[in-house]
Amino acid sequence: MQASDRFNINSQLEHLQAKYVGTGHADLNRFEWAVNIQRDSYASYVGHYPLLAYFAIAENESIGRERYNFMQKMLLPCGLPPEREDE
Amino acid sequence: MDPEIAKTQEERRRMEQQLASLTSVTFDTDLYGGNDRDAYVTSIPVNEDDENIDTMDNEVARKLASYTAPKSLLKEMPRGGAEDDNDDLLGFKKPQRIIDREDDYRKRRLNRVISPERHDAFAAGEKTPDPSVRTYADVMREEALKREKEETLKRIAKKKEEEEAAVKENKAADDKGPKRRNRWDQSQDEGAAAAAKKAKTTSDWDLPEETTPGRWDATPTPGRLGDATPSASVGRRNRWDETPTPGRLADATPAGGATPGATPAGMTWDATPKLSGLATPTPKRQRSRWDETPATMGSATPMAGATPSAAAAAFTPGITPVGGVDLATPTPGAINLRGSITPEQYNLLRWEKDIEERNRPLTDEELDSMFPQEGYKILEPPASYVPIRTPARKLLATPTPLGTPLYSIPEENRGQQFDVPKEAPGGLPFMKPEDYQYFGALLNEEDEEELSPEEQKERKIMKLLLKVKNGTPPQRKTALRQLTDKAREFGAGPLFNRILPLLMQPTLEDQERHLLVKVIDRVLYKLDELVRPYVHKILVVIEPLLIDEDYYARVEGREIISNLSKAAGLATMIAAMRPDIDNIDEYVRNTTARAFSVVASALGIPALLPFLKAVCQSKKSWQARHTGIKIVQQIAILIGCAVLPHLRSLVEIIEHGLLDENQKVRTITALSLAALAEAAAPYGIESFDSVLKPLWKGIRSHRGKVLAAFLKAIGFIIPLMDALYASYYTKEVMVILIREFQSPDEEMKKIVLKVVKQCVSTEGVDAEYIRNDVLPEFFRNFWVRRMALDRRNYRQLVETTVEMANKVGVADIVGRIVEDLKDESEPYRRMVMETIEKVVANLGASDIDARLEELLIDGILYAFQEQTSDDANVMLNGFGAVVNSLGQRVKPYLPQICGTIKWRLNNKSAKVRQQAADLISRIAVVMKQCQEEQLMGHLGVVLYEYLGEEYPEVLGSILGALKAIVNVIGMTKMTPPIKDLLPRLTPILKNRHEKVQENCIDLVGRIADRGAEFVPAREWMRICFELLEMLKAHKKGIRRATVNTFGYIAKAIGPQDVLATLLNNLKVQERQNRVCTTVAIAIVAETCSPFTVLPALMNEYRVPELNVQNGVLKSLSFLFEYIGEMGKDYIYAVTPLLEDALMDRDLVHRQTAASAVKHMALGVAGLGCEDALIHLLNYVWPNIFETSPHVINAVMEAIEGMRVALGAAIVLNYCLQGLFHPARKVREVYWKIYNSLYIGAQDALVAAYPVLEDEHSNVYSRPELMMFV
Repeated sequence: MQASDRFNINSQLEHLQAKYVGTGHADLNRFEWAVNIQRDSYASYVGHYPLLAYFAIAENESIGRERYNFMQKMLLPCGLPPEREDE
Repeated sequence: MDPEIAKTQEERRRMEQQLASLTSVTFDTDLYGGNDRDAYVTSIPVNEDDENIDTMDNEVARKLASYTAPKSLLKEMPRGGAEDDNDDLLGFKKPQRIIDREDDYRKRRLNRVISPERHDAFAAGEKTPDPSVRTYADVMREEALKREKEETLKRIAKKKEEEEAAVKENKAADDKGPKRRNRWDQSQDEGAAAAAKKAKTTSDWDLPEETTPGRWDATPTPGRLGDATPSASVGRRNRWDETPTPGRLADATPAGGATPGATPAGMTWDATPKLSGLATPTPKRQRSRWDETPATMGSATPMAGATPSAAAAAFTPGITPVGGVDLATPTPGAINLRGSITPEQYNLLRWEKDIEERNRPLTDEELDSMFPQEGYKILEPPASYVPIRTPARKLLATPTPLGTPLYSIPEENRGQQFDVPKEAPGGLPFMKPEDYQYFGALLNEEDEEELSPEEQKERKIMKLLLKVKNGTPPQRKTALRQLTDKAREFGAGPLFNRILPLLMQPTLEDQERHLLVKVIDRVLYKLDELVRPYVHKILVVIEPLLIDEDYYARVEGREIISNLSKAAGLATMIAAMRPDIDNIDEYVRNTTARAFSVVASALGIPALLPFLKAVCQSKKSWQARHTGIKIVQQIAILIGCAVLPHLRSLVEIIEHGLLDENQKVRTITALSLAALAEAAAPYGIESFDSVLKPLWKGIRSHRGKVLAAFLKAIGFIIPLMDALYASYYTKEVMVILIREFQSPDEEMKKIVLKVVKQCVSTEGVDAEYIRNDVLPEFFRNFWVRRMALDRRNYRQLVETTVEMANKVGVADIVGRIVEDLKDESEPYRRMVMETIEKVVANLGASDIDARLEELLIDGILYAFQEQTSDDANVMLNGFGAVVNSLGQRVKPYLPQICGTIKWRLNNKSAKVRQQAADLISRIAVVMKQCQEEQLMGHLGVVLYEYLGEEYPEVLGSILGALKAIVNVIGMTKMTPPIKDLLPRLTPILKNRHEKVQENCIDLVGRIADRGAEFVPAREWMRICFELLEMLKAHKKGIRRATVNTFGYIAKAIGPQDVLATLLNNLKVQERQNRVCTTVAIAIVAETCSPFTVLPALMNEYRVPELNVQNGVLKSLSFLFEYIGEMGKDYIYAVTPLLEDALMDRDLVHRQTAASAVKHMALGVAGLGCEDALIHLLNYVWPNIFETSPHVINAVMEAIEGMRVALGAAIVLNYCLQGLFHPARKVREVYWKIYNSLYIGAQDALVAAYPVLEDEHSNVYSRPELMMFV
């Protein structure tokens, strides 16, 4: 990066973005991204009531149970992180 | 003394001095002989400094007249720098130094001593502290001792004063001479009189030391100032009883045995009768250069040549102590390296050297070269002639080392090294002369390896600090970072021992202080609990920031102290500051109180409450109680409404102070209560219950300052009360207030006015009461001319009166003061006018009856006509406000008003004409209301005739008045008709004056908007050309008005011609002009529909010229921004053009096109133009790897626009290809886009994420999305 754009808005942009959970960066691996995707998805399911109702019908569960399940799944949505192979 | 007066006196004295010096040789000694002269006074000195200047005239100096510079020059020499305004004239312009803007009180900071570090009880644990370490107990003992000394001193001074008074009485009885003699007379010609004087007066030096204890053991600080020494009530203490720093000439000369012979110059100092100086309060005096020698001169033998006295002393034989080799060579280079020269000395040395050089005796060779070879004869000097070249002089004249008397330095080298600073080794930044004292050691090029680790560390710290202080920004930044990172490694001691003395440097500048304070802040953070032993040291340096003039310095100071208290903890802070709470010096107590309030806000008030309680109840000294209560005041001021939770306890802590036996404590208690009430308003009255009684009792029993403070407290408490109580208490306090209306004290007046305002504005006070009981006295005492002279009184009085009017109505107030509009004092009239304006603007004029109305208009007209200077437009605003609020009732007076205006429009004075024109624009609306259209038309014609006005300010006002009339009566009825008016305006558009431009373009724009049809198209085109020039205006308002006017004109005469003009203007060089043109094009397109403009605009893109093409693109960008949804009809038309632009080699093309795409996308979102947008996105996308900040910004925004228009899913699909690209550079860019996408539309992405394969134990799939009912 040049000295001039170290201070401009673009570098700050990345800094700003980094403040949000769920944003990514160049060193993100497949697992981490997938976890974000899963959590976003569950959050979205729980957040949209019609979607929740749809899943409830499809799974033949109560809506509350569905919501509870989704929230639980947000803990470790993809299972334990894989062993880091040394690069 | 008032600084103004001091200045005038100083000037007069200087003038007299010069006069005296002109005649000195002829009449002084010749006529009267040296000895009698002390009976005469040439001037009555203002202050002690006189003696310093007088040395120039004294006999010794006069004897050497032929060798010294002219006296006028000597007098101009910078004397210590600070008060010197000569510097600017002489080209010694310095950056702003902090000390230069400080008043005497603030300069007291330099008296404070950076105390040695203290015992840290936390770190030591259970261990008994080492006796060598200063503990809390030690410090407290010292403080007590100091106080006692001060007391003793005071007693001694008092005794002396009494003695002196007795002596004077006796003397007065004896002395019948008409001439008033004071002690200053005696030092007029000290040189000769000195010996006699010495016998007569006993000096301090002769006194046994025990009699004047106190000052002697105070540690000297660098750059301490004589006049800054505090003295509790003795008045100013003479500088003689300050610490005799060895480095001082004044001290050293008489005392040191090195002085060859009896030095008359030195003795003059003895001759000053200083006992009287101790006893009588001397007026504030200038900073004396004698006092500026810092202690770091240390044990180095004083050098007369280098001491600031040099102006006179250097030329005095004998005064120069010819000691060792050190002294003989006053080469700054050598001296600097030892770090024993102060900046002031350096500056003087530079001067002295300069003058010395110019006035050196000419050599034979030089004389030979000057005079012709023939016609002159070299005479032998008479046998009796002995040159006055004492060895000392010789030494000063030629900087020769003592050892080689016959060698003289070649001329080219003369003095060269003096001014050129020694090159700092190792890439260190430039060192200012005053820095040598602190950083001199860095110049010794020792081998780093040989130094002990400790020394190496010191050196490292010094280097870093120097870089921070004087280095370039990058140097500074890295140095700061290193200091921060290694703070713990360096250790608190070495760091602060280096930093803090720097902050006490007398020549410090704002910027340097800021940087050093920043260093402290960073270091504090790192050192954390290690700072404990140094807390007091740091406070000594930082506390002065809390009372700095500069707001940011105050904030910075607060921040440091707050961080310090967080790092050191409450206990350490209290232990460090407790001794200062009852310090003898008011300055120390004041700053400590402020620092404590910062501690309270940092660590929470509850933590500090027990301590505060104890301090406020201190039995030992009133100072402690005073400071404790002041802390509460400062807390209230600092944290405002956050005191509310602790209000009751704070009030309880200080309430007993109202009954304290010390008057100052009572005063500060009342002021603290006022501050608390102000901070708590409008809540918390219940907390003040307990103080109401003492306060109300107090206002009956106190007088003067205490009463003022009590009244202030009441003034702030009353507004918190319920209506019922407020009314009761107001009546109680009003009696006292009315009594104090007559007080001559300015401070009291202000407070009374303020309290009256506060009382009057509370709910419970009824109008009748005010009208009957308050108003008569109020107006009798306050509405007098004198009040208008002081700005603060003026403002306060106006505010209070307006507040009263809110209660009792317009008629009462205006009725009382309306007559004063015809007062003979203009400031008073202005005050009356301002009050009337505010009252009428607040409450309207419906209360004003016919008689009052007549008086009012009459008075206003009188005041308006009689005004001579009115920069704040008070009269104008007042006139406008009254006329507007009277509305139709003004009708009968309008002919008279207009007559006045017309008369004044013809006045010789430009100011008067301007005011008249301004008045028209204020009353135009009312004239319309009164159906005086004919009158307005008439005025229009008159104004039209004055359009030839040559003063731009007046012309601007005339145009403004015309605009006001046109606005009100409309285009059709306007006289002169628009078709005559506008051509007259066209040339005025050329005027470059801002006010003219602004008013003219407003008027033209108005006409173009409303009455374009009255003017032929040709005229409009002419105006178009003039307007192009206007786009260059500096003021944004003018440019905006111009651009809008283009729109109106285009609407009136069709866009083609205007557009052609504008498109041509795209070819100009100036960027701002082009930008404005593009905006104008966009506006024309908006007002005349895009289809009238786009073809021509797009056609223009074919011009193979960068500026034009960019202009077109920019116009498109603005155009799509303005037309918004309308863009959907044009998007397909411009797509090919944008395609081309987005593929252009030129960066700016792509940038501008991208921003056009952004506006377009945002405009047509949801309108079914996805196909075109995807097409454009395909062109935008390859630009994501641009690095130029503007381009990448535009591209990113275009993509954001696309996200809105196309939906996040589509953009995500573009993204996916690069998120896991093998090249990191690529990944970085793609993740940036992904992130902004994610932040913009996270939820929308859920449906569009790719399907990831499961891996080993990890489940990546999202089965829920596969569900189907």
